[in-house]
Amino acid sequence: MKPGGTAGACAALVRRDLTLVWRRRGDALNPILFALMVVALFPLALGPEPEQLRRIAAGIVFVALLLAGLLALDTLFRSDYEDGSLEQLVLSPHPLALLLACKIAVHWLTTALPLIAVAPLLGEMLHLPVAVRGVLLLALLLATPLLSLLGAVCVALTVGMHRSGMLLALLVLPLYVPVLIFGAGACNAAQAGLPFLAPLLWLAAALVLALVLAPLACAAALRISIS
Amino acid sequence: MHEITDSDHRPALLQAIGLGFARNDEPIFGPLDFALHAGEVVLMEGDNGAGKTTLLRVLSGLLAPTSGEIRLHGAPLRLADLSPQVALLSHQGGLKHDLTALENLRFAAGLHGQRKGISPHSALAAVGLDGYGEVLVRQLSAGQKKRVALARVLLAPVGLWLLDEPYANLDRGGIELVNRLLERHAHDGGAALITSHGAYAYTSGTPRRIALRAQAATGAVR
Repeated sequence: MKPGGTAGACAALVRRDLTLVWRRRGDALNPILFALMVVALFPLALGPEPEQLRRIAAGIVFVALLLAGLLALDTLFRSDYEDGSLEQLVLSPHPLALLLACKIAVHWLTTALPLIAVAPLLGEMLHLPVAVRGVLLLALLLATPLLSLLGAVCVALTVGMHRSGMLLALLVLPLYVPVLIFGAGACNAAQAGLPFLAPLLWLAAALVLALVLAPLACAAALRISIS
Repeated sequence: MHEITDSDHRPALLQAIGLGFARNDEPIFGPLDFALHAGEVVLMEGDNGAGKTTLLRVLSGLLAPTSGEIRLHGAPLRLADLSPQVALLSHQGGLKHDLTALENLRFAAGLHGQRKGISPHSALAAVGLDGYGEVLVRQLSAGQKKRVALARVLLAPVGLWLLDEPYANLDRGGIELVNRLLERHAHDGGAALITSHGAYAYTSGTPRRIALRAQAATGAVR
């Protein structure tokens, strides 16, 4: 084993996953298009009155991004499972939880961050007040890594099954509910002129907890899935 | 205890004692007793469904045995000790199809480390794919993919190779190549356990260092 082993292995994994995303960069656009279309559906269904849309804008953006993230979630381990790369990860001499944390980080960077980048545009489509935009972005920055981490544990549990899409959604959505409540809650509070810091701090605390525990749970779940 | 007939008294590299595996109370293989010494290549033969692949997964630590134990250098096996010493070639191959052959090998070297005196380039040359380094793996044939996977095994700094059907999809030259690689690996003090359902292993010449231990597979496997 060469020195610099574990850090080098993580770097190699990050480089590989980024290269893979780049090779299929067309696919990376799909969650963004999905979120755009979901948001575009609401004015069509509810009518274009700015007053009504403004009231529910933050919640809609949150739900749209959450669903778009859910669609992208299944790709996290799917191809690695199918081509046997996952076995090689498990067999590597490095801590599996750390390697998985790197994978989740890359997945968040390449699926959630682009979604956050278009969130101001989505807000604009629904007449979201400019003052709330900052809180929305902050809430999303805290909530989406949390969603990725929670989702990764569920993906790890279901990756061994065929056609696990619906089951994955059923497993993940209850876990996403508190994140949605605190994230959208912070935006709604800011919009109503109320203090919004507390829900954001709750999100931050949950994120710290998930950062530590989710990769470990993910590693344990994956070991079960590939056996 | 298992009798070691060699003149040296080193414990076996890998030893299985009463090793068995059952899925949902249905026995897949075992109980098996065998030892694998340094410098030895053991061919594990068995029909389709005899549990060869499962055995390799148990030996590589991906599955926990339901009975018996595995000893590594004479000591009871712990997964943390095992993974730096074993390279597994499985059916799927573990290659990313959207990466080039060289990118796959560089990643493997980053993940598992790299054997002294060999580079991703030279490993690729050793399996006869010189010049295919920049080709995406999805554009390679099944046999060429197998060769890239073999190059990955070759690159890993490990003593024990667990190869599941290394001859599958390979042409005559490829089968000879596998035998040559195995021979060199054994000569360098490594050991290998390979599975085959028998159709390919003996078509070209006689692989000299492959000792068939029928009792390991055909005798005890149901």
